[in-house]
Amino acid sequence: MSDEKIARPLGHGSAGLKLSASQFSVPRGSLWARLPWIAGIVGLVGIAASAVVGWGTEQFYFSWLVSYLYFLSIALGGLFFVLVLFVTKAGWGVVVRRVAENVMSTLPLFAVLFIPIWLGRHELFHWTHEEAVATDAILQAKAPYLNDGFFLGRAVAYFAVWALLSWWFAAQSRRQDHSGDHAITHRLQLWSGPSIFLFAVTTSFAAFDWMMSLDPHWYSTMFGVYFFAGALVGMFAFQAIVFIGLERTGLLRNVVNTEHFHDMGKLLFAFTVFWAYIGFSQYFLIWYANIPEETIWFEHRMAGSWESVTLLLAVGHFLVPFFFLMPKTIKRNRGLLLAGAMWMLLMHLVDIFWCVMPVLHHHGVHLGLLDVTTFLGIGGLFISMFSWLLARHALIPVKDPRLPESLAFENM
Amino acid sequence: MALLKHSLPDGKYYGMLAEFPAPRELVHACEHVRDAGYKRWDAHSPFPIHGMPRAMGLKSSILPWVVLVFGLGGATSAMLLQWWTSSVDYPLVISGKPFFSWQAFVPITFELGVLGGAVAAVVGMLALNQLPMLFHPLFGSKRFEQVTDDGFFISIESWDPKFDLEATRNMLERLGATHVELISADSRVGAS
Repeated sequence: MSDEKIARPLGHGSAGLKLSASQFSVPRGSLWARLPWIAGIVGLVGIAASAVVGWGTEQFYFSWLVSYLYFLSIALGGLFFVLVLFVTKAGWGVVVRRVAENVMSTLPLFAVLFIPIWLGRHELFHWTHEEAVATDAILQAKAPYLNDGFFLGRAVAYFAVWALLSWWFAAQSRRQDHSGDHAITHRLQLWSGPSIFLFAVTTSFAAFDWMMSLDPHWYSTMFGVYFFAGALVGMFAFQAIVFIGLERTGLLRNVVNTEHFHDMGKLLFAFTVFWAYIGFSQYFLIWYANIPEETIWFEHRMAGSWESVTLLLAVGHFLVPFFFLMPKTIKRNRGLLLAGAMWMLLMHLVDIFWCVMPVLHHHGVHLGLLDVTTFLGIGGLFISMFSWLLARHALIPVKDPRLPESLAFENM
Repeated sequence: MALLKHSLPDGKYYGMLAEFPAPRELVHACEHVRDAGYKRWDAHSPFPIHGMPRAMGLKSSILPWVVLVFGLGGATSAMLLQWWTSSVDYPLVISGKPFFSWQAFVPITFELGVLGGAVAAVVGMLALNQLPMLFHPLFGSKRFEQVTDDGFFISIESWDPKFDLEATRNMLERLGATHVELISADSRVGAS
């Protein structure tokens, strides 16, 4: 792309901002350009090591599921963020949208990575055991929903919706990089509403299917929202880290500025609070009603060392970040925001781990090699695909009609 | 009810009022007034202008700290009230749960925390702005009535150490003011 003048912010003293391609494209030979290879190799080695160490064991499938849901939730968070930027016609977020588009564009990868979960359904999901269902009235009643065929059919439907939405929104946005066609913005705004509806239904049911049904007697109607809230915490933490990394390597300087970081920090803070609100509401209703089928889920998570993890989530996923991320000065300081984002990314992993693992290890926390190798495996492939997309396209939607508005954005 | 007039230092003039044609010029002028070292001055516009706090060199408000204190105070008092009434003063067994069931007290704690913070934000904002203020010397300017419509103004108070009838007027005119006027300290509504 040539050194063309594409944006002149409106208002106040600053002179017209001139963007050059070197600000928004990943240079050849840079760390970002090599990252797809490095992360890809780490990913393949991680997956191979996981398979060698534990293929076929329960631990393998549970570790795989934790890592899978963790990175899937970040990718889904990216999809939601792109949709919500369009549905709200947000001006500020145009410069940060492309990175989210690249995050969501990794969703088709997760259709492939789902294969071990399908193959390991017998180890993961108690309701797949016919002999167990035969003697269990509750599971018999749930059988029209919880059965192999419908489970697979739903998974295919989720991936179809996610792949279609992420591909279409990203492709349209990239097309605008060349044509600058305003009709694309209008079209994406129009379809973002119905798309959010599809996103909400598929994400909720995916959380029901792949997380909640691990404990098939138990149910919580707000579990989908709980997963969604955590996913957005993961996404906004990941996003802040990526942009700070880009800035430190000399990219997007003066394009994504303190004002945008402030807003990304606000979103991270907001969803941290939202996660706690949903998490407590879920716990509170179950605690109040005190029905054994419902309280058992929390009973498992208060057993042995799981109690410490539960407390860690209350303090580390809510109480501390609530006060840490609240002040404006923290969100406007790169180092402190980076620390907060890395902490939240870790806490989101603890949250997913806490939801899944007590089903396998009733009596306490158990960390093993497979937790590490599956994390590196799936995470490596996720980062590899993400950074490959990052290097292939401009880092911002260069011809979005609202780019000047986004560049000139001020919070105060 | 703060009547500003009584809290202002003595002086013949309240200050100088300069009108600017548009937000861009106003922000630009504010940056210069800030850099010129004026301390007692203000900008007026019909709507909030992004970038204004920086252009004016405003420091952060203490209001967030007031809100934090009252928010935490509301939450703490709510928890204490429920603890004392339900488990000390008049213990009642409710669905077999412990007297001090903090889970059940969280909604009220949350609500009173929000209430304390919200009330502190509104009342604190009014107090820091010395509102309600029924009269202000600037109301003496006929032109200033446009500030709720399409007028953009800078007012510099006469007790600012840098204030000078000649130099201040020259600076404001150089910054593109379309009209500069002196505001009398005891002007009344309608008088000019």
